[in-house]
Amino acid sequence: MDSKRRKFLKIAGLGAIAGVTAPMAFNSLLKGEAFASGGHGHEAAEHGSAHKDAVPQGKQYGLVVDVKKFGNQPGLGRKCIHACHSLHNVPDFGNKKDEIKWIWIEKYENAFTEHSHYKRNEELHKMPIMTLCNHCANPPCVRACPTQATFKNKDGIVMMDYHRCIGCRFCMAACPYGARSFNWRSPRGANELGKPFIKRINPDYPTRMRGVVEKCTLCNERLAHGKLPACVEASNGAMVFGDLNDPGSAINKVLSENFTIQRKPSAGTNPSIFYIL
Amino acid sequence: MLEKGLTGSNLYKGWMAFLLCLIGVGVLSYSQQYQYGLGYTGMSRDVSWGLYISQFTFLVGVAAGGLMLVLPYYVHDYKAFGRITILGEFMAIGAVVMCLLFIMADLGQPIRALNVMLHPTTHSMLFYDMIVLNGYLILNVLCGWVVLNAHQKGVKYPKWIKPFIYLSIPWAISIHTVTAFLYCGLPGRHFWLTAILAPRFLASAFAAGPALLMIIAMILKRTTKFDIGREAQDKLVTIIGYAALVNFFFVGCELFVGYYSNLPGHMHTLDYLFFGLEHDGHMYNNLVPFMRFSTVAGLVGIPLLFISRSQKSDGMLVAACSLVFVSLWIDKGLGLVLGGFVPNPLNYITEYYPSIGEIAITVGIWATGFFVMSLLYKIAITVTLESES
Ligand code: SF4
Ligand code: SF4
Ligand code: SF4
Repeated sequence: MDSKRRKFLKIAGLGAIAGVTAPMAFNSLLKGEAFASGGHGHEAAEHGSAHKDAVPQGKQYGLVVDVKKFGNQPGLGRKCIHACHSLHNVPDFGNKKDEIKWIWIEKYENAFTEHSHYKRNEELHKMPIMTLCNHCANPPCVRACPTQATFKNKDGIVMMDYHRCIGCRFCMAACPYGARSFNWRSPRGANELGKPFIKRINPDYPTRMRGVVEKCTLCNERLAHGKLPACVEASNGAMVFGDLNDPGSAINKVLSENFTIQRKPSAGTNPSIFYIL
Repeated sequence: MLEKGLTGSNLYKGWMAFLLCLIGVGVLSYSQQYQYGLGYTGMSRDVSWGLYISQFTFLVGVAAGGLMLVLPYYVHDYKAFGRITILGEFMAIGAVVMCLLFIMADLGQPIRALNVMLHPTTHSMLFYDMIVLNGYLILNVLCGWVVLNAHQKGVKYPKWIKPFIYLSIPWAISIHTVTAFLYCGLPGRHFWLTAILAPRFLASAFAAGPALLMIIAMILKRTTKFDIGREAQDKLVTIIGYAALVNFFFVGCELFVGYYSNLPGHMHTLDYLFFGLEHDGHMYNNLVPFMRFSTVAGLVGIPLLFISRSQKSDGMLVAACSLVFVSLWIDKGLGLVLGGFVPNPLNYITEYYPSIGEIAITVGIWATGFFVMSLLYKIAITVTLESES
């Protein structure tokens, strides 16, 4: 073998090795990247993708919503909304443009946009779907926020820091569920007729200022005192709360015994709110 | 050198006074918005970004488009572009100033803007956007100023500025790429979720930026003794024309993917933009006339560009550039951002109409950008003409 040829083979061999190993190295690099995307702690679900469910590690609080029970008890949904909105000083501006909502009733076809609505079951389409932030295991809102004003808590709750939020509304564009509201004007004020936007202020919970985003916080303030979320408490058993990553939790029992669906699973967010239809 | 911007012909003074009036109205309107909150605008829970962010997006393109004016001269030593590089750099400065102002105008809590720096968040594209935009501003101020200073002294620009000039070239690409990443990385917005967004942004930028510069250059040719020269003019036509064609090609690709795949998520926004979208018996189509005009303006503007070159008609050239510019402005400065919010994630449709005050603020910010640009151009042109005579 002449030296030129040997040299060529050497280089070609090295090239082949590089060709094989580089993608692997790149792959592990990408995996390392994924950890950065979740923000505060909770790496557990970062590996969740279209192929895998959330890896059960760390806490991830979530809810199961029994849609039938809401359908069978007219007014129950409204009661839950009232429980949440009055407790959390959520303003009512009386118009759609300024609207702020943490939990609301949606039609089936709007909550589950990816499901077929052809030849629909009329009963299902009349059902009230309780809609709120999904406390996604892999939340795009957290990924987008430039200040970490919205972040993932250790218990899996996607939280808001109203004092840090700059009001850029990037998180609103990023959320695939329309779960976020913006304070287009001061919620502490009143309309032209003097009617305050917050009917009765709950002194135990902060009101927000204009120019920040807000949404459901899964009642983290109540959880801290060992209480259930207000909507769950008001739901008469139609909503179940618990840690999705605790195999022994009541919520996991419900999930294992029922057929449940999540909203837009294809968005890769791993929503923590499940629906029994 | 700055004092050269303070004197000038009556035309110059009148123009600057006019811009100052627009800025004044904008400032007044902004103070109202500041008092009331962003509800002052037409934005809503469903369409949570409006004119401000769409103008921002478009103007990042204008700023990045400066690249096409700088690159031939500095990298390929294309002498005919000697006179327009400085115009390109100063146009980029004006555009970035507008971008930053539009972001500030859009913030719900503008006094907290520094939080982006105080809590650097490496997984947020907005964080990177802020870095690249401010970096681009600094680079252009530095390069423009040093080159102009050398020009005044009648010498070639110093060697040490070269690395900065070279750096500004990939940097220009980065500002528009990162701006596209703001949109195309969001999982729930089908219209934006396309890998072609960044290339498309760049194509439209490389047409819109030079088109604006051409219009300005033609105005300068009329009102001053400053002439960029026939050769540069002809070359610019090539750049604008091909970049605009590539942009249209990309738009065509989007249309193909949307309609041939027949995926509802991909078609809805296109329907809304070009044909109107029906929902619950109501037709939503407030952007349709704009988008159709944009298409026609592009289809007429591009051939007109090349015709004007063979006819050597400056009037036709200005008309063609204006058509292309307006076409791209509607395409990106209206349709792209506003369309992305229709339908909303729950398949509802909310149409957006900017408020009067919002328009006044928008015009005010455009006027500010043009004020900065005019001032810089005045200085640059005075220096150039003086050093030549
Ligand atoms: S539902 Fe929206 S707001 Fe809530 S965590 Fe998921 S992406 Fe964020
Ligand atoms: S509006 Fe507030 S929470 Fe949302 S992305 Fe901007 S800073 Fe973060
Ligand atoms: S969990 Fe708490 S904050 Fe969230 S919707 Fe229910 S009551 Fe409101």
